[in-house]
Amino acid sequence: MTQRNRTTTRGRIRISGFDSSAVEEEREFIDWDESVDSNVSADRWTRAWQRFRRNRTALLGLAVIGLMTFLAVFARPIDLFGVTVQPFAIAPYDPGASNFNALTQPPSLQHPFGTDWSGKDIFSRVLVGGRLSLTIGLIAVSLALGVGVPLGSIAGYFGGWIDEFIMRIVDVLYAFPFLVLAIAFIAIFGQGFWRMIGALVLVSWIGYARLIRGEILSVKENEYVSAAEALGARDRSIIFRHIVPNAIAPVIVQATLGIGTYVLSAAALGFLGLGLEPGSAEWGSMLSSGRESLVEGNYWITFFPGVAIFLFVLSINLVGDGVRDALDPQGDTASERLR
Amino acid sequence: MALLEVENLETRFYTEEGVVQAVNDVSYAIDSGEAFGVVGESGAGKSVTSLSLMRLIENPGRIESGEIRFKGRDLLSLSDEEMRELRGNEIAMVFQDPLTALNPVYTIGEQIAEAVRLHRDATDAEARERAIEVLDAVGIPDPEERYDQYPHEFSGGMQQRVIIAIALSCDPDLLICDEPTTALDVTIEAQILELLQDLSEEFDMAIQFITHDLGVVAEICDRMMVMYAGEVVEQGTVEEIYYEPQHPYTVGLMSSIPRVGSERDELDTIPGTMPDLVKLPTGCSFHPRCPYAEEACTRLDPQLVDVDTGRPVDGPDRTTHSAACLAHSGELDGELTYSVDIVEETETEDTDTVEDTQ
Repeated sequence: MTQRNRTTTRGRIRISGFDSSAVEEEREFIDWDESVDSNVSADRWTRAWQRFRRNRTALLGLAVIGLMTFLAVFARPIDLFGVTVQPFAIAPYDPGASNFNALTQPPSLQHPFGTDWSGKDIFSRVLVGGRLSLTIGLIAVSLALGVGVPLGSIAGYFGGWIDEFIMRIVDVLYAFPFLVLAIAFIAIFGQGFWRMIGALVLVSWIGYARLIRGEILSVKENEYVSAAEALGARDRSIIFRHIVPNAIAPVIVQATLGIGTYVLSAAALGFLGLGLEPGSAEWGSMLSSGRESLVEGNYWITFFPGVAIFLFVLSINLVGDGVRDALDPQGDTASERLR
Repeated sequence: MALLEVENLETRFYTEEGVVQAVNDVSYAIDSGEAFGVVGESGAGKSVTSLSLMRLIENPGRIESGEIRFKGRDLLSLSDEEMRELRGNEIAMVFQDPLTALNPVYTIGEQIAEAVRLHRDATDAEARERAIEVLDAVGIPDPEERYDQYPHEFSGGMQQRVIIAIALSCDPDLLICDEPTTALDVTIEAQILELLQDLSEEFDMAIQFITHDLGVVAEICDRMMVMYAGEVVEQGTVEEIYYEPQHPYTVGLMSSIPRVGSERDELDTIPGTMPDLVKLPTGCSFHPRCPYAEEACTRLDPQLVDVDTGRPVDGPDRTTHSAACLAHSGELDGELTYSVDIVEETETEDTDTVEDTQ
């Protein structure tokens, strides 16, 4: 290649006497090592957890959820295929067992939360009911993510008629009030644990699809996406390796908050008598079956399941806010200053 | 036969405002190991030309016609899968903004290793080894430790080196650099340019260098073309174009380079702006901004002609200095009256201080 020195003297300023070759020589008065100190690079989940840990209210929420999960798991023994996996029983009574000697008892030492009209121990029912409510929340949110995230990603990345098709379905589903749609689903397919989850997933995946599509539309403009294309990466790997990990943060926040919404919706469906089979120990169904006795002044039948729902949803929301702050690197310094 | 031959390439974008004529009848050739500069203002079609090479033009854009021959194969007739195989492997691209061209959620090592795994049948350990090798080649200190760091832990210049490392990971024959130093400061720019030059020699790799910085082209390129409104207005070796520019636009670009020590208050600029590519001016698209424009320029579309003989140049031609101005085909009544003076080095040789030059 030919050497063109002309450009270096193109300007009219000329510096002379600056001899940079001295730097190349070994000079013992300079005691400085150029090599970098490598500190271990934390990936972004580690950094997010470190930020989350500093958020006290979120930690409190997490602790409450942890406690409730613990109580739900250890409330009654769990048998799997005839083998007892979890032998402990915190709940003093069988949640389904009626006790005709103690009908509609107010809270006492025997029955800390009282009993209902058929003498079932409410404390035990609230503990065991946590199992249903929590699993409904978790399973429904995972399934809704499993449907919404891939569909929304594909719509956002490919655009065109694929996008039109998926997003019009989303629009149609959005046009129904969400509880009405869930009720219609249950009315058609009948009641039951999985059917209720099906109804909840049907009405909620659209939110995640729309959210991730919007994120992907902005993330895919980044040059690293074109760079991956220019390297010959396949569409699948571009979407799921390069785009989705960068677009997923708001979806995670939404999903965390979503668990609370599912528990509330399950309770609402249960209250309307459309949730699980009548009489099952689920917080919403318990509220529903206790509503006549509220008029008679027997507050405890509805109060304790209500408190359980309230505590759980509040904690989930606190955790959700914490997750949002933790996943948003820009928000870091701002919230730090406030505290 | 040259490594890359682009012939009469036309790329259009069909937008709601109309048809954007982004690349019009562009022909050029790059030989292996050669550095080729593409110069022009923003919106001149430089990047679209490169993206057309990679067939990465997205909707609503389309490559209308032309041929792109790379090692004799017509890229426009390859299947998507064949094209995907070629991208990154034989033609690689270095992007402008190092900050956004690296994925923030993966370590830089993973990103290089991914490129290796895409085209080579490599195990994870081999990919890692290759990644460390190229990191070392682009001058990143402690590549083994840097492998596990995230892009945000690198400075801009180091990030750009990483991007070059990714592009180099599969030993491409042609490296397309789209303004690779625009986002960097001048000292880093010099280092990166030097690095590219070294790598090009070491790996016998051709470089297509897109920039709006004429100084950069002078430094590293052998031949160059100047683009305006999607057309090639001048093409030749760097010496020919710098010492004897034959198109008024090239001259305008050169006169608007700011010069250190110049006592002028204002920069010379080319008056006006690049025309809307949806509605190009009739005749020569540069005529509204050209100080030498005549009535003929509004009617006749100048062809790229040999500046010495005035004979039209058709297709990719690596040897002639050509320009698209009516002055060279004899259809212009007036003459291009500018002159290019080369400031002799002796003029500033004896001055030591800044004041002396003013």
